[in-house]
Amino acid sequence: MIIAVASGKGGTGKTTVAVALSLAGSEPVIYADCDVEEPNGSIFLRPEVACTEKVLVEVPKIDEEKCTSCGKCARFCQFNALVSLGTPPLVFPELCHSCGGCEIVCPAGAISWKKVPVGEITLGKSDGGRISVIQGKLDVGSSLAPPVIRQVKSYIADDALTVIDCPPGTSCPVIESLGDADYVLLVTEPTPFGLHDLKLAVETVRVLGLPFSVVINRFDEGDSGVEDYCLEESIHVTARIPHRREMAEAYSKGGNLFDAIPEMRALFEGIPRIIERGVEEK
Amino acid sequence: MKEIVVISGKGGTGKTSITGCFAALAENAILADCDVDAADLHMLLAPEVTKKTDFISGNEAIIREDDCTGCGICMEKCKFNAIEITAEGKYRVDPFGCEGCMVCVEVCPVKAIDFPPNHCGEWYYSHTRFGPMVHARLGIAQENSGKLVSTVRREAAAKAEELKKDLIIVDGPPGIGCPVIASITGASLLVVVTEPTISGKHDMKRVLELAKHFSVPALVIVNKWDINPGMTAEIEKETLLGDAYPIGRIPYDRAFTAAQINGRTLVEETTGTAVENITTIWEQVCRKLK
Repeated sequence: MIIAVASGKGGTGKTTVAVALSLAGSEPVIYADCDVEEPNGSIFLRPEVACTEKVLVEVPKIDEEKCTSCGKCARFCQFNALVSLGTPPLVFPELCHSCGGCEIVCPAGAISWKKVPVGEITLGKSDGGRISVIQGKLDVGSSLAPPVIRQVKSYIADDALTVIDCPPGTSCPVIESLGDADYVLLVTEPTPFGLHDLKLAVETVRVLGLPFSVVINRFDEGDSGVEDYCLEESIHVTARIPHRREMAEAYSKGGNLFDAIPEMRALFEGIPRIIERGVEEK
Repeated sequence: MKEIVVISGKGGTGKTSITGCFAALAENAILADCDVDAADLHMLLAPEVTKKTDFISGNEAIIREDDCTGCGICMEKCKFNAIEITAEGKYRVDPFGCEGCMVCVEVCPVKAIDFPPNHCGEWYYSHTRFGPMVHARLGIAQENSGKLVSTVRREAAAKAEELKKDLIIVDGPPGIGCPVIASITGASLLVVVTEPTISGKHDMKRVLELAKHFSVPALVIVNKWDINPGMTAEIEKETLLGDAYPIGRIPYDRAFTAAQINGRTLVEETTGTAVENITTIWEQVCRKLK
């Protein structure tokens, strides 16, 4: 079963919840960090790194001998990654989505492909080998997170419990991360910003047709807006994490939820089973 | 005209709360929210929308089922696995997977695929108690956030020109990817808001690398600095190593949440150390801009 941990707003505690879910049980689990712009799970899981590999994407290479400067490739490209001014085209690799269209429309067979790096995958083991940690990291200056996320997800095995730590927001990197998920936990905080962005996240998972529930972090702070909203919309609140200064301090040093609030462990241990039962019933 | 962009790398460090304070403290500025994916600045500034414009960007492939012969070439050529087979053996484009590359439209032997323009969201021109504001909303599960960010910045600059404003204050998105790059390229100055945690430090380092990559000068604020004073000092050291300047600290203050609940900026909500710190930081930011 794949459980994705997401939120509209950043900084609500996605990574805290995803790490806690991975740490709580005693079964093998895969933790996949799809927040590739700012992956933080490894700070808390401290995996022993087994290997790293580059994420490569294909971008067009122009054979200037064969190119007739017809400009068809540049006119076809929807991402403005090729520019032709009556000359063989200039390629802007950072805009390329690797769709292959330019090669298809080129009448002279002048386009082939070369691989350029956009990120890195790190595979490791944590908690004595029980937790497999897959981390994707977008190279600084690269703009396209989805290819890195796709590669992280290529390591997910079907049989194991998998926890996906998603990026914030509601746009393409989040959609890419949520694909294949069986269930989504939306982490929020009881503030107006938290509620506003939770509503966007709820809209997103509803559009995708995924079952979900909410985790309220620092539930005893702020106002009642999030609780009221969940009640009105009949959204289940799976967990409420209290606000404790010890939690903020533990987090700042790379400590996990159970270092600060050990009594939360039992609840998190039960969450995958509760979710599994709920998903099966549907 | 100068443009300041407030970013953070990590989400939830207080970017929007601090941008709101800057908006309140600035004179003669245009405000812009480039966090088009999860925009929150309007909740502090209560903008009255005076103009709403649809944001059309890119195209979306749609297969006309009646004309589809079921040959499957589109599926074979789609690099995004965005084409699925329906129960009737026809093909269908998954709108969430489609990146609008037009390859399927090109390869379909019977030209059964339409390619209409994509309505991705809308952007707004508004009035606030602190001046004009340009903001936007990206549609749920939409692409092209970078282009919407560019639209917001372009419109903010045009308004500034028209109204003879000399400053644009931009609330940026989290992360370091496409919308962030679109927010910072060519800006006058970045203000990076971080927090004294290992994650905050890790994410700030990546943002400073990005700033360097695009040659935009950066200043760093440590928010909630007293949660971990040792980490705050480390972050300030890293800031200097990353060719940026630490410009101040703001203590953890529950009044930030109270202000948010009341729909006000912190400088309107209360007085005290946090407000004093922010005011000093703002004066320094203005000095750096000169």
